[in-house]
Amino acid sequence: MSDAELRTRIVGVIRSVAPEVDEAELATDRPLREQVDLDSMDWLNVIIGFHKRFRVDIPEADYARLVSLDDIAAYLRGSGVTD
Amino acid sequence: MIDFKLPSLGADMDEGKLLQWNVVPGQAVKKGDIVAVVDTSKAAVDVEIWCDGVVHELIAPVGETIPVGTVIARLLAPGEAAPAVVAQRVPKAARKPAVAAPTPGAAAAAPSAAAHASASARQRVLPAARKRAAELGVDLAPLTGSGADGAVTREDVERAAQTASQALPAAEPPAATDRQAQMRRAIAAAMSRSKREIPHYYLAETVPMRSALAWLAKANAERPVTERLLPAVLLIKAVAIAVRDYPEMNGFYADGAFRPGAAAHVGVAIALRQGGLIAPALHDAGDKPLPELMRELADLVRRCRAGSLRSSEMSAPTITITNLGDQGSDSVHGVIYPPQVALVGFGRIAERPFAENGQVVALPTVVASLAADHRVSDGHRGALFLARLRALLQQPETL
Repeated sequence: MSDAELRTRIVGVIRSVAPEVDEAELATDRPLREQVDLDSMDWLNVIIGFHKRFRVDIPEADYARLVSLDDIAAYLRGSGVTD
Repeated sequence: MIDFKLPSLGADMDEGKLLQWNVVPGQAVKKGDIVAVVDTSKAAVDVEIWCDGVVHELIAPVGETIPVGTVIARLLAPGEAAPAVVAQRVPKAARKPAVAAPTPGAAAAAPSAAAHASASARQRVLPAARKRAAELGVDLAPLTGSGADGAVTREDVERAAQTASQALPAAEPPAATDRQAQMRRAIAAAMSRSKREIPHYYLAETVPMRSALAWLAKANAERPVTERLLPAVLLIKAVAIAVRDYPEMNGFYADGAFRPGAAAHVGVAIALRQGGLIAPALHDAGDKPLPELMRELADLVRRCRAGSLRSSEMSAPTITITNLGDQGSDSVHGVIYPPQVALVGFGRIAERPFAENGQVVALPTVVASLAADHRVSDGHRGALFLARLRALLQQPETL
């Protein structure tokens, strides 16, 4: 899967929590939570969404590494996500 | 006969539009069953029944806007016999649905008129089916039996009633923009009333969160992602426990007097993505283990945003919490939601300088605030309440 495809799938998970999100309007290198209004419960639901969609377990201690879309994609790649 | 009135749906909602009935006459209901859906300015609310019984008559028509307190249905108490008007032995020609209001059966997909006529000439109906049809107000004539020799069975009758109730036209909820405007008006009315009637006083206390967050991190490290706890549940539980010692923060002020809440039903202010907020209740929040409270909170937020809340959640809160969460400001001083008498606000949990044992250290802290009703309590008691809250949050393992 290409980086662009992975990002689209990541945004798909985010959209399940925040339906108003438009992928084209997101800067991939800027902090996601500066661009999308996600409260603590929303963010937990996004993490749960990643868990279900990509079958990765993201420890709470790693949340700090998931800042921008690029960071999230790199983290998922590092966790062995290939499809 | 029991009159079922449209229950209160919160201080800022004095009427609701009936969107649909979920029950039909003759149907047995238990306390807590959802019998109707009513649209308010904030959300579609599932209306729960407060008693056991058998639905006798649906009075309010679908699509009508109904003031809170209006009788919308009548029920027979358990064991109560239906009034004699039930048309069990009325000749077929005169047979009408046993009750007023929606007429299930009439709408049940019927075969063609000719088939109907020939069927009714030799129609066989099992006694249990006839009894059930009378209870449900189903017209037997158009039914095709599925029993032996084509006899109409109890199941056929129930299926027809079901089809009919589904076929009843459900009223349309308002468009999103209308709801936005209505919600704004509802919030404006409730908050103006609060500021007009309630003499608020405000207190704030900085609460160290080191122990609580360390405990939470350890607990979450052992839990699967789907069962992780948010700091919010610790805050909610601590408030629910603290009010046990300070009952004057928990309850309602109405008709010139304070009525303490029998339990702590904690309202949680939930922001909606499209703007506005709802503060439905987590029932008995002080008695529930944290994982259960977390599940209920997640479910409440989800249903709140999906616009599917229950009437008991809308009217029950005895105290409200507003929690700005990790994207919020340092502190919040809230507006009490009438007829409640207190609101606890939590700002963002963040690392801040904190003096401790003669040293300034960096600690995660949260500013807990109390807005309380001066008709019911005084600042001294309010301060003791916040001190209790702070103490509870230093011992997260006890929550």
